Amino acid sequence: MDIQLQKVSYAYAKGTPFEKRALFDVELAIPSGSYQAIIGHTGSGKSTILQHLNALLKPTEGALQIGDRTITAGKKAKDLKPVRQKVGIVFQFPEHQLFEETVLKDIIFGPMNFGVSEQEATKRAHKLIELVGLPHTILEKSPFDLSGGQMRRVAIAGVLAMEPEVIVLDEPTAGLDPRGRKEIMDLFLQLHKERNLTTILVTHSMEDAARYADRIAIMHEGKCVLTGSPEEIFGNAEKLATYRLEAPRIVRFQRELEAKIGRRLQTLCLTEEELARAITAAVREERAGQ
Amino acid sequence: MDEILSLDHITFTYSPDEPNVKNAVEDVSFTVHEGEWIAIVGHNGSGKSTIARLMNGLLFPQQGTIKVMNEPLTEENLWEIRSQMGMVFQNPDNQFVGATVQDDVAFALENNGIPYKEMVKRVHEALQQVKMDQLLNHEPQHLSGGQKQRVAIAGALALKPRLLILDEATSMLDPQGRAEVLATVQALREETGLTVLSITHDLEEAILADRMLFMNGGEKFAEGTPSEIFALGDQLLDLGLDLPFAMKLTKLLKQDGVELQGEHMTEEELVNDLWTSNFKK
Repeated sequence: MDIQLQKVSYAYAKGTPFEKRALFDVELAIPSGSYQAIIGHTGSGKSTILQHLNALLKPTEGALQIGDRTITAGKKAKDLKPVRQKVGIVFQFPEHQLFEETVLKDIIFGPMNFGVSEQEATKRAHKLIELVGLPHTILEKSPFDLSGGQMRRVAIAGVLAMEPEVIVLDEPTAGLDPRGRKEIMDLFLQLHKERNLTTILVTHSMEDAARYADRIAIMHEGKCVLTGSPEEIFGNAEKLATYRLEAPRIVRFQRELEAKIGRRLQTLCLTEEELARAITAAVREERAGQ
Repeated sequence: MDEILSLDHITFTYSPDEPNVKNAVEDVSFTVHEGEWIAIVGHNGSGKSTIARLMNGLLFPQQGTIKVMNEPLTEENLWEIRSQMGMVFQNPDNQFVGATVQDDVAFALENNGIPYKEMVKRVHEALQQVKMDQLLNHEPQHLSGGQKQRVAIAGALALKPRLLILDEATSMLDPQGRAEVLATVQALREETGLTVLSITHDLEEAILADRMLFMNGGEKFAEGTPSEIFALGDQLLDLGLDLPFAMKLTKLLKQDGVELQGEHMTEEELVNDLWTSNFKK
Protein backbone atom coordinates (compact mmCIF):
# COMPACT_ATOMS: atom_id res chain seq x y z
CA MET A 1 0.00 0.00 0.00
CA ASP A 2 1.48 3.34 -1.05
CA ILE A 3 1.69 6.04 1.54
CA GLN A 4 2.24 9.65 0.63
CA LEU A 5 2.63 12.73 2.75
CA GLN A 6 1.92 15.89 0.77
CA LYS A 7 3.07 19.07 2.45
CA VAL A 8 1.93 17.75 5.79
CA SER A 9 2.15 20.17 8.69
CA TYR A 10 1.01 19.48 12.18
CA ALA A 11 0.57 21.73 15.18
CA TYR A 12 -0.23 20.44 18.64
CA ALA A 13 -2.96 22.41 20.44
CA LYS A 14 -3.69 24.42 17.32
CA GLY A 15 -5.48 27.71 17.86
CA THR A 16 -4.54 27.97 21.53
CA PRO A 17 -1.75 29.99 23.16
CA PHE A 18 0.08 26.67 23.62
CA GLU A 19 0.15 25.90 19.90
CA LYS A 20 3.35 24.13 18.96
CA ARG A 21 4.29 23.23 15.42
CA ALA A 22 5.81 19.75 15.20
CA LEU A 23 5.83 19.16 11.43
CA PHE A 24 6.52 21.60 8.61
CA ASP A 25 5.55 20.79 4.99
CA VAL A 26 6.69 17.19 5.14
CA GLU A 27 6.90 15.52 1.74
CA LEU A 28 7.50 11.80 1.87
CA ALA A 29 6.47 9.03 -0.51
CA ILE A 30 6.66 5.47 0.75
CA PRO A 31 6.03 3.04 -2.12
CA SER A 32 4.19 -0.19 -1.49
CA GLY A 33 6.51 -3.03 -0.50
CA SER A 34 9.44 -0.85 0.56
CA TYR A 35 11.27 -0.99 3.87
CA GLN A 36 11.50 2.65 4.92
CA ALA A 37 13.52 3.83 7.91
CA ILE A 38 12.82 7.22 9.47
CA ILE A 39 15.72 8.51 11.53
CA GLY A 40 16.36 11.74 13.38
CA HIS A 41 17.45 13.28 16.61
CA THR A 42 15.12 13.20 19.65
CA GLY A 43 12.41 15.80 19.06
CA SER A 44 12.85 15.86 15.29
CA GLY A 45 9.21 14.93 14.60
CA LYS A 46 9.61 11.18 14.03
CA SER A 47 6.88 10.22 16.51
CA THR A 48 4.47 12.84 15.20
CA ILE A 49 4.81 11.42 11.68
CA LEU A 50 4.32 7.92 13.03
CA GLN A 51 0.98 8.85 14.54
CA HIS A 52 -0.19 10.22 11.20
CA LEU A 53 0.42 6.93 9.47
CA ASN A 54 -2.82 5.41 10.74
CA ALA A 55 -4.62 8.68 11.30
CA LEU A 56 -4.21 8.88 15.08
CA LEU A 57 -3.22 12.44 14.23
CA LYS A 58 -4.54 14.27 11.19
CA PRO A 59 -2.54 16.91 9.38
CA THR A 60 -3.40 20.50 10.29
CA GLU A 61 -2.22 21.47 6.79
CA GLY A 62 -1.59 19.39 3.69
CA ALA A 63 -2.81 15.91 2.87
CA LEU A 64 -1.97 12.34 3.58
CA GLN A 65 -2.65 9.48 1.25
CA ILE A 66 -2.85 5.99 2.72
CA GLY A 67 -3.65 3.48 -0.03
CA ASP A 68 -6.82 4.76 -1.69
CA ARG A 69 -7.79 6.98 1.25
CA THR A 70 -6.87 10.63 1.32
CA ILE A 71 -6.96 12.54 4.57
CA THR A 72 -6.93 16.26 3.94
CA ALA A 73 -6.42 18.95 6.54
CA GLY A 74 -9.61 20.70 7.53
CA LYS A 75 -11.91 18.02 6.10
CA LYS A 76 -13.79 15.59 8.29
CA ALA A 77 -12.44 12.08 7.87
CA LYS A 78 -15.14 9.50 8.45
CA ASP A 79 -14.75 5.81 9.13
CA LEU A 80 -11.03 5.49 9.63
CA LYS A 81 -11.40 1.88 10.78
CA PRO A 82 -10.22 0.31 7.49
CA VAL A 83 -7.10 2.50 7.58
CA ARG A 84 -6.34 1.44 11.11
CA GLN A 85 -6.80 -2.21 10.24
CA LYS A 86 -4.43 -1.95 7.29
CA VAL A 87 -1.73 -0.03 9.11
CA GLY A 88 -0.51 -1.80 12.23
CA ILE A 89 1.63 0.16 14.63
CA VAL A 90 4.01 -1.54 17.05
CA PHE A 91 4.60 1.21 19.59
CA GLN A 92 7.65 1.54 21.78
CA PHE A 93 7.46 -0.95 24.65
CA PRO A 94 4.33 -2.59 23.17
CA GLU A 95 4.22 -4.98 26.13
CA HIS A 96 2.81 -2.10 28.19
CA GLN A 97 -0.37 -2.40 26.16
CA LEU A 98 -1.14 -6.00 27.10
CA PHE A 99 -4.23 -6.13 29.28
CA GLU A 100 -6.23 -9.35 28.86
CA GLU A 101 -6.39 -12.36 31.18
CA THR A 102 -4.72 -14.71 28.75
CA VAL A 103 -2.32 -14.34 25.86
CA LEU A 104 -4.93 -15.79 23.50
CA LYS A 105 -7.57 -13.23 24.49
CA ASP A 106 -5.04 -10.46 24.08
CA ILE A 107 -4.08 -11.51 20.57
CA ILE A 108 -7.66 -11.97 19.34
CA PHE A 109 -8.87 -8.67 20.81
CA GLY A 110 -7.67 -6.60 17.85
CA PRO A 111 -9.00 -8.71 14.97
CA MET A 112 -12.35 -9.25 16.74
CA ASN A 113 -12.72 -5.50 17.07
CA PHE A 114 -12.40 -5.35 13.30
CA GLY A 115 -15.18 -7.90 12.87
CA VAL A 116 -13.20 -11.13 12.54
CA SER A 117 -14.98 -14.15 14.08
CA GLU A 118 -13.62 -15.60 17.30
CA GLN A 119 -12.87 -18.87 15.56
CA GLU A 120 -10.88 -17.23 12.79
CA ALA A 121 -9.05 -14.94 15.24
CA THR A 122 -8.11 -17.94 17.40
CA LYS A 123 -6.77 -19.73 14.33
CA ARG A 124 -4.62 -16.69 13.56
CA ALA A 125 -3.38 -16.56 17.16
CA HIS A 126 -2.16 -20.16 16.98
CA LYS A 127 -0.28 -19.51 13.75
CA LEU A 128 1.21 -16.25 14.97
CA ILE A 129 2.41 -17.48 18.34
CA GLU A 130 4.57 -19.96 16.48
CA LEU A 131 5.73 -17.33 14.04
CA VAL A 132 6.97 -15.06 16.84
CA GLY A 133 8.87 -17.99 18.32
CA LEU A 134 6.75 -18.92 21.34
CA PRO A 135 5.22 -22.29 22.34
CA HIS A 136 1.45 -22.83 21.93
CA THR A 137 1.09 -23.50 25.68
CA ILE A 138 1.76 -19.82 26.30
CA LEU A 139 -1.64 -18.90 24.81
CA GLU A 140 -3.39 -19.99 28.02
CA LYS A 141 -1.04 -18.09 30.33
CA SER A 142 -1.52 -14.62 31.72
CA PRO A 143 0.57 -12.16 29.71
CA PHE A 144 1.81 -10.72 32.99
CA ASP A 145 3.57 -13.95 33.97
CA LEU A 146 5.86 -13.76 30.95
CA SER A 147 9.35 -12.34 30.67
CA GLY A 148 9.85 -8.94 29.03
CA GLY A 149 11.05 -10.49 25.77
CA GLN A 150 8.09 -12.89 25.63
CA MET A 151 5.61 -10.08 26.35
CA ARG A 152 7.06 -8.06 23.49
CA ARG A 153 6.54 -11.02 21.13
CA VAL A 154 2.94 -11.47 22.28
CA ALA A 155 2.26 -7.77 21.67
CA ILE A 156 3.73 -8.05 18.18
CA ALA A 157 1.56 -11.11 17.48
CA GLY A 158 -1.44 -8.99 18.52
CA VAL A 159 -0.61 -6.37 15.87
CA LEU A 160 0.05 -9.00 13.20
CA ALA A 161 -3.29 -10.70 13.99
CA MET A 162 -5.05 -7.79 12.29
CA GLU A 163 -3.23 -8.80 9.11
CA PRO A 164 -2.04 -5.29 8.29
CA GLU A 165 -0.54 -4.43 4.92
CA VAL A 166 1.68 -1.79 6.43
CA ILE A 167 3.57 -2.27 9.65
CA VAL A 168 5.02 0.68 11.52
CA LEU A 169 7.72 -0.04 14.10
CA ASP A 170 8.64 2.50 16.76
CA GLU A 171 11.99 1.52 18.29
CA PRO A 172 10.91 -2.13 18.36
CA THR A 173 14.04 -3.42 20.10
CA ALA A 174 14.45 -0.90 22.92
CA GLY A 175 15.43 -2.68 26.13
CA LEU A 176 16.06 -6.09 24.56
CA ASP A 177 19.34 -7.97 24.85
CA PRO A 178 21.49 -8.29 21.71
CA ARG A 179 20.13 -11.68 20.72
CA GLY A 180 16.51 -10.65 21.32
CA ARG A 181 17.16 -7.53 19.26
CA LYS A 182 18.48 -9.48 16.31
CA GLU A 183 15.69 -12.08 16.51
CA ILE A 184 12.96 -9.43 16.48
CA MET A 185 14.53 -7.47 13.63
CA ASP A 186 15.07 -10.64 11.60
CA LEU A 187 11.44 -11.61 12.26
CA PHE A 188 10.21 -8.29 10.85
CA LEU A 189 12.44 -8.66 7.82
CA GLN A 190 11.11 -12.16 7.19
CA LEU A 191 7.51 -10.92 7.49
CA HIS A 192 8.31 -8.00 5.26
CA LYS A 193 9.48 -10.34 2.52
CA GLU A 194 7.01 -13.21 2.93
CA ARG A 195 3.88 -11.11 3.27
CA ASN A 196 5.02 -8.39 0.93
CA LEU A 197 4.45 -5.79 3.63
CA THR A 198 5.34 -2.15 3.56
CA THR A 199 7.52 -1.68 6.63
CA ILE A 200 8.28 1.63 8.28
CA LEU A 201 10.94 1.63 10.97
CA VAL A 202 11.30 4.64 13.26
CA THR A 203 14.61 4.28 15.06
CA HIS A 204 17.60 5.80 16.80
CA SER A 205 19.73 2.91 15.67
CA MET A 206 21.71 3.85 12.58
CA GLU A 207 22.95 0.25 12.54
CA ASP A 208 19.42 -1.15 12.13
CA ALA A 209 18.50 1.47 9.53
CA ALA A 210 21.63 0.57 7.54
CA ARG A 211 21.15 -3.17 7.84
CA TYR A 212 17.43 -3.55 7.23
CA ALA A 213 15.97 -0.60 5.35
CA ASP A 214 16.12 0.00 1.61
CA ARG A 215 15.15 3.66 1.92
CA ILE A 216 15.91 6.16 4.65
CA ALA A 217 14.35 9.53 5.46
CA ILE A 218 15.95 11.98 7.87
CA MET A 219 13.74 14.19 10.02
CA HIS A 220 15.21 17.36 11.46
CA GLU A 221 13.35 20.08 13.37
CA GLY A 222 10.00 18.94 12.04
CA LYS A 223 11.07 18.77 8.42
CA CYS A 224 11.90 15.83 6.21
CA VAL A 225 15.32 17.05 5.12
CA LEU A 226 16.82 14.14 3.23
CA THR A 227 15.70 10.89 1.63
CA GLY A 228 17.70 8.23 -0.16
CA SER A 229 19.20 4.77 -0.11
CA PRO A 230 21.26 3.78 2.96
CA GLU A 231 24.44 4.23 0.88
CA GLU A 232 23.42 7.75 -0.16
CA ILE A 233 22.39 8.75 3.35
CA PHE A 234 25.32 7.31 5.26
CA GLY A 235 27.96 8.10 2.66
CA ASN A 236 27.86 11.77 3.56
CA ALA A 237 29.14 12.21 7.10
CA GLU A 238 29.26 16.03 6.98
CA LYS A 239 25.63 16.27 6.01
CA LEU A 240 24.60 13.81 8.70
CA ALA A 241 26.46 15.86 11.28
CA THR A 242 24.42 18.96 10.43
CA TYR A 243 21.33 16.98 11.47
CA ARG A 244 23.08 15.91 14.69
CA LEU A 245 23.33 12.32 13.48
CA GLU A 246 26.26 10.01 13.08
CA ALA A 247 26.88 7.29 10.51
CA PRO A 248 26.66 3.69 11.74
CA ARG A 249 29.74 2.32 13.49
CA ILE A 250 30.58 0.25 10.42
CA VAL A 251 30.72 3.28 8.15
CA ARG A 252 32.73 5.29 10.68
CA PHE A 253 35.21 2.45 10.92
CA GLN A 254 35.50 2.23 7.15
CA ARG A 255 36.20 5.97 6.93
CA GLU A 256 38.87 5.79 9.63
CA LEU A 257 40.60 2.94 7.88
CA GLU A 258 40.40 4.73 4.53
CA ALA A 259 41.98 7.82 6.04
CA LYS A 260 44.79 5.72 7.45
CA ILE A 261 45.59 3.78 4.26
CA GLY A 262 45.09 6.79 2.04
CA ARG A 263 42.51 5.34 -0.33
CA ARG A 264 38.87 4.37 -0.56
CA LEU A 265 37.51 0.83 -0.37
CA GLN A 266 35.48 -0.29 -3.39
CA THR A 267 32.04 0.30 -1.90
CA LEU A 268 30.42 1.84 1.14
CA CYS A 269 29.71 -1.12 3.43
CA LEU A 270 26.64 -1.39 5.62
CA THR A 271 27.14 -4.77 7.30
CA GLU A 272 30.11 -6.33 9.04
CA GLU A 273 30.25 -9.10 6.42
CA GLU A 274 30.42 -6.61 3.54
CA LEU A 275 33.10 -4.61 5.30
CA ALA A 276 35.21 -7.71 6.02
CA ARG A 277 35.00 -8.66 2.33
CA ALA A 278 35.95 -5.18 1.16
CA ILE A 279 38.92 -4.98 3.54
CA THR A 280 40.08 -8.45 2.50
CA ALA A 281 39.95 -7.40 -1.15
CA ALA A 282 41.99 -4.28 -0.37
CA VAL A 283 44.56 -6.34 1.53
CA ARG A 284 44.90 -8.75 -1.45
CA GLU A 285 45.40 -5.85 -3.86
CA GLU A 286 48.06 -4.46 -1.57
CA ARG A 287 49.88 -7.78 -1.47
CA ALA A 288 49.66 -8.17 -5.24
CA GLY A 289 51.03 -4.67 -5.72
CA GLN A 290 54.11 -5.26 -3.60
CA MET B 1 41.08 -0.55 48.57
CA ASP B 2 37.93 -0.25 50.64
CA GLU B 3 35.16 -2.66 50.00
CA ILE B 4 31.99 -0.82 48.94
CA LEU B 5 29.67 -3.71 48.34
CA SER B 6 29.81 -7.46 48.61
CA LEU B 7 27.35 -10.22 47.78
CA ASP B 8 28.16 -13.51 49.48
CA HIS B 9 26.43 -16.65 48.12
CA ILE B 10 23.17 -14.86 47.35
CA THR B 11 20.15 -16.92 46.34
CA PHE B 12 16.75 -15.38 45.64
CA THR B 13 13.43 -16.58 44.27
CA TYR B 14 10.27 -14.58 43.57
CA SER B 15 8.13 -17.63 44.49
CA PRO B 16 9.58 -19.25 47.64
CA ASP B 17 6.58 -21.59 47.99
CA GLU B 18 7.06 -23.21 44.62
CA PRO B 19 10.14 -25.46 44.69
CA ASN B 20 9.86 -26.19 40.97
CA VAL B 21 10.33 -22.60 39.92
CA LYS B 22 13.93 -21.75 39.10
CA ASN B 23 15.61 -19.25 41.40
CA ALA B 24 15.94 -15.79 39.89
CA VAL B 25 19.42 -15.51 41.41
CA GLU B 26 21.41 -18.60 42.30
CA ASP B 27 24.47 -18.55 44.56
CA VAL B 28 25.96 -15.30 43.29
CA SER B 29 29.02 -13.78 44.97
CA PHE B 30 31.05 -10.73 44.02
CA THR B 31 32.73 -7.71 45.55
CA VAL B 32 32.93 -4.10 44.42
CA HIS B 33 35.93 -2.08 45.63
CA GLU B 34 36.15 1.67 45.98
CA GLY B 35 36.89 3.45 42.73
CA GLU B 36 36.01 0.54 40.46
CA TRP B 37 33.65 0.53 37.50
CA ILE B 38 31.81 -2.78 37.32
CA ALA B 39 29.49 -3.71 34.45
CA ILE B 40 26.90 -6.45 34.85
CA VAL B 41 25.84 -7.98 31.53
CA GLY B 42 23.56 -10.85 30.60
CA HIS B 43 20.49 -11.70 28.51
CA ASN B 44 16.95 -10.55 29.42
CA GLY B 45 15.89 -12.58 32.46
CA SER B 46 19.44 -13.46 33.50
CA GLY B 47 18.99 -11.91 36.96
CA LYS B 48 20.68 -8.54 36.42
CA SER B 49 17.79 -6.38 37.58
CA THR B 50 17.01 -8.69 40.49
CA ILE B 51 20.59 -8.18 41.68
CA ALA B 52 20.12 -4.41 41.48
CA ARG B 53 16.98 -4.66 43.62
CA LEU B 54 18.75 -6.89 46.14
CA MET B 55 21.64 -4.45 46.42
CA ASN B 56 19.50 -1.59 47.60
CA GLY B 57 17.13 -3.63 49.71
CA LEU B 58 14.02 -3.53 47.54
CA LEU B 59 14.23 -7.33 47.79
CA PHE B 60 15.89 -9.51 50.43
CA PRO B 61 17.66 -12.75 49.57
CA GLN B 62 16.51 -16.13 50.94
CA GLN B 63 20.14 -17.12 51.37
CA GLY B 64 23.43 -15.29 51.69
CA THR B 65 24.57 -11.93 52.96
CA ILE B 66 24.85 -8.55 51.29
CA LYS B 67 27.26 -6.10 52.85
CA VAL B 68 27.47 -2.42 52.08
CA MET B 69 30.59 -0.69 53.44
CA ASN B 70 31.26 -3.94 55.35
CA GLU B 71 27.92 -3.74 57.08
CA PRO B 72 25.28 -6.42 56.51
CA LEU B 73 22.16 -4.98 54.84
CA THR B 74 19.10 -5.37 57.09
CA GLU B 75 15.64 -3.85 57.24
CA GLU B 76 16.85 -1.64 60.10
CA ASN B 77 19.78 0.03 58.35
CA LEU B 78 18.15 0.00 54.92
CA TRP B 79 17.40 3.72 54.72
CA GLU B 80 20.83 4.75 55.80
CA ILE B 81 22.44 2.37 53.35
CA ARG B 82 20.23 3.50 50.47
CA SER B 83 21.47 7.03 50.97
CA GLN B 84 24.95 5.73 50.13
CA MET B 85 23.80 4.44 46.77
CA GLY B 86 22.57 6.64 43.96
CA MET B 87 20.51 4.95 41.31
CA VAL B 88 19.67 6.02 37.76
CA PHE B 89 17.00 4.05 35.91
CA GLN B 90 16.21 3.28 32.30
CA ASN B 91 13.48 5.72 31.33
CA PRO B 92 14.46 9.40 31.57
CA ASP B 93 10.79 10.44 31.64
CA ASN B 94 9.88 8.31 34.65
CA GLN B 95 12.34 9.78 37.09
CA PHE B 96 11.97 13.52 36.70
CA VAL B 97 10.03 14.80 39.71
CA GLY B 98 10.91 18.49 39.88
CA ALA B 99 9.39 21.31 37.82
CA THR B 100 12.86 22.57 36.91
CA VAL B 101 16.32 21.09 36.71
CA GLN B 102 17.42 22.51 40.06
CA ASP B 103 14.18 21.51 41.82
CA ASP B 104 14.67 18.00 40.60
CA VAL B 105 18.18 17.74 41.98
CA ALA B 106 17.05 19.30 45.28
CA PHE B 107 14.20 16.81 45.71
CA ALA B 108 16.16 14.07 47.47
CA LEU B 109 18.06 16.62 49.55
CA GLU B 110 14.81 18.13 50.82
CA ASN B 111 13.57 14.65 51.66
CA ASN B 112 16.70 14.08 53.66
CA GLY B 113 16.34 17.33 55.59
CA ILE B 114 19.53 18.96 54.33
CA PRO B 115 19.72 22.63 55.51
CA TYR B 116 18.86 25.20 52.81
CA LYS B 117 22.31 26.73 52.41
CA GLU B 118 23.97 23.35 52.15
CA MET B 119 21.28 22.23 49.71
CA VAL B 120 21.86 25.14 47.33
CA LYS B 121 25.58 24.47 47.42
CA ARG B 122 25.18 20.77 46.70
CA VAL B 123 22.67 21.30 43.88
CA HIS B 124 25.06 23.66 42.13
CA GLU B 125 28.04 21.38 42.64
CA ALA B 126 26.22 18.31 41.38
CA LEU B 127 24.92 20.11 38.29
CA GLN B 128 28.41 21.43 37.58
CA GLN B 129 29.75 17.90 37.72
CA VAL B 130 27.38 16.76 34.97
CA LYS B 131 27.79 20.07 33.07
CA MET B 132 24.15 21.05 33.41
CA ASP B 133 24.73 24.14 35.56
CA GLN B 134 23.79 26.45 32.68
CA LEU B 135 20.26 25.05 32.62
CA LEU B 136 19.24 25.41 36.28
CA ASN B 137 15.74 26.68 35.59
CA HIS B 138 14.97 24.64 32.50
CA GLU B 139 11.85 22.53 32.50
CA PRO B 140 12.15 18.82 31.85
CA GLN B 141 10.16 18.88 28.61
CA HIS B 142 12.80 21.13 27.08
CA LEU B 143 15.63 18.72 27.78
CA SER B 144 16.90 15.91 25.59
CA GLY B 145 16.99 12.35 26.88
CA GLY B 146 20.72 12.55 27.52
CA GLN B 147 20.29 15.81 29.45
CA LYS B 148 17.51 14.30 31.58
CA GLN B 149 19.70 11.35 32.48
CA ARG B 150 22.53 13.72 33.39
CA VAL B 151 20.13 15.57 35.70
CA ALA B 152 19.17 12.19 37.20
CA ILE B 153 22.86 11.50 37.80
CA ALA B 154 23.23 14.94 39.45
CA GLY B 155 20.26 14.11 41.70
CA ALA B 156 22.07 10.98 42.81
CA LEU B 157 25.42 12.78 43.23
CA ALA B 158 23.91 15.52 45.41
CA LEU B 159 23.45 12.95 48.15
CA LYS B 160 27.17 12.21 47.97
CA PRO B 161 26.79 8.48 47.44
CA ARG B 162 29.65 6.00 47.70
CA LEU B 163 28.28 4.02 44.77
CA LEU B 164 26.42 5.06 41.62
CA ILE B 165 24.23 2.36 40.09
CA LEU B 166 23.16 2.78 36.45
CA ASP B 167 20.35 0.36 35.64
CA GLU B 168 20.27 0.37 31.82
CA ALA B 169 20.48 4.13 32.10
CA THR B 170 21.50 4.63 28.46
CA SER B 171 19.26 2.08 26.75
CA MET B 172 16.47 4.48 25.79
CA LEU B 173 18.70 7.28 24.56
CA ASP B 174 19.68 8.18 21.03
CA PRO B 175 23.36 7.69 20.12
CA GLN B 176 24.23 11.27 21.02
CA GLY B 177 22.48 11.03 24.41
CA ARG B 178 24.22 7.78 25.14
CA ALA B 179 27.61 9.26 24.34
CA GLU B 180 26.84 12.29 26.57
CA VAL B 181 25.94 10.13 29.56
CA LEU B 182 28.96 7.86 29.19
CA ALA B 183 31.30 10.83 28.82
CA THR B 184 29.77 12.27 32.01
CA VAL B 185 30.38 9.05 33.93
CA GLN B 186 33.94 8.81 32.65
CA ALA B 187 34.68 12.41 33.61
CA LEU B 188 33.19 11.89 37.09
CA ARG B 189 35.40 8.91 37.63
CA GLU B 190 38.49 10.81 36.59
CA GLU B 191 37.66 13.79 38.79
CA THR B 192 36.23 12.13 41.87
CA GLY B 193 37.10 8.42 41.68
CA LEU B 194 33.41 7.57 42.00
CA THR B 195 32.55 3.87 42.22
CA VAL B 196 30.16 2.86 39.44
CA LEU B 197 28.11 -0.25 38.85
CA SER B 198 26.32 -0.35 35.51
CA ILE B 199 23.80 -2.90 34.36
CA THR B 200 23.76 -2.86 30.61
CA HIS B 201 23.10 -4.57 27.29
CA ASP B 202 25.43 -2.21 25.51
CA LEU B 203 28.71 -4.03 25.10
CA GLU B 204 30.50 -0.93 23.90
CA GLU B 205 29.57 0.57 27.29
CA ALA B 206 30.76 -2.55 29.15
CA ILE B 207 34.20 -2.27 27.51
CA LEU B 208 34.71 0.96 29.46
CA ALA B 209 34.39 -0.86 32.81
CA ASP B 210 37.29 -2.22 34.86
CA ARG B 211 35.58 -5.50 35.44
CA MET B 212 32.55 -7.33 34.05
CA LEU B 213 30.14 -9.81 35.61
CA PHE B 214 28.44 -12.00 33.08
CA MET B 215 25.11 -13.39 34.26
CA ASN B 216 23.32 -16.35 32.76
CA GLY B 217 20.08 -17.92 34.00
CA GLY B 218 20.42 -16.39 37.47
CA GLU B 219 24.00 -17.55 37.94
CA LYS B 220 27.28 -15.75 37.61
CA PHE B 221 28.68 -17.33 34.48
CA ALA B 222 31.98 -15.46 34.40
CA GLU B 223 33.77 -12.52 35.97
CA GLY B 224 36.82 -10.69 34.65
CA THR B 225 38.21 -7.73 32.78
CA PRO B 226 36.42 -6.88 29.53
CA SER B 227 39.19 -8.51 27.51
CA GLU B 228 38.89 -11.70 29.57
CA ILE B 229 35.11 -11.78 29.18
CA PHE B 230 35.10 -11.04 25.46
CA ALA B 231 37.76 -13.71 24.95
CA LEU B 232 34.92 -16.17 25.64
CA GLY B 233 33.90 -15.47 22.04
CA ASP B 234 31.13 -17.73 20.75
CA GLN B 235 30.01 -18.63 24.27
CA LEU B 236 28.80 -15.06 24.60
CA LEU B 237 26.74 -15.40 21.46
CA ASP B 238 25.23 -18.69 22.67
CA LEU B 239 24.17 -17.01 25.89
CA GLY B 240 22.30 -14.17 24.20
CA LEU B 241 24.99 -11.52 24.10
CA ASP B 242 27.05 -10.24 21.24
CA LEU B 243 30.63 -9.28 20.64
CA PRO B 244 31.77 -5.67 20.36
CA PHE B 245 31.97 -4.47 16.77
CA ALA B 246 35.78 -4.50 16.57
CA MET B 247 35.91 -8.10 17.78
CA LYS B 248 33.28 -9.28 15.32
CA LEU B 249 35.15 -7.65 12.47
CA THR B 250 38.48 -9.08 13.67
CA LYS B 251 36.95 -12.54 13.63
CA LEU B 252 35.54 -12.15 10.10
CA LEU B 253 38.82 -10.75 8.78
CA LYS B 254 40.82 -13.63 10.24
CA GLN B 255 38.41 -16.08 8.62
CA ASP B 256 39.10 -14.39 5.30
CA GLY B 257 42.83 -14.83 5.85
CA VAL B 258 43.72 -11.24 6.72
CA GLU B 259 46.80 -11.04 8.93
CA LEU B 260 46.23 -9.53 12.36
CA GLN B 261 48.38 -9.51 15.50
CA GLY B 262 45.69 -10.14 18.10
CA GLU B 263 42.08 -9.77 19.23
CA HIS B 264 40.85 -6.18 19.32
CA MET B 265 38.13 -4.71 21.47
CA THR B 266 38.32 -1.16 20.19
CA GLU B 267 38.11 0.17 16.67
CA GLU B 268 41.25 2.23 17.10
CA GLU B 269 43.34 -0.85 17.92
CA LEU B 270 41.95 -2.73 14.95
CA VAL B 271 42.57 0.10 12.47
CA ASN B 272 46.15 0.39 13.71
CA ASP B 273 46.76 -3.34 13.50
CA LEU B 274 45.26 -3.55 10.01
CA TRP B 275 47.53 -0.72 8.96
CA THR B 276 50.79 -2.04 10.44
CA SER B 277 50.15 -5.69 9.50
CA ASN B 278 48.84 -5.23 5.98
CA PHE B 279 49.29 -1.81 4.45
CA LYS B 280 52.42 -0.20 5.83
CA LYS B 281 55.31 -0.74 3.48
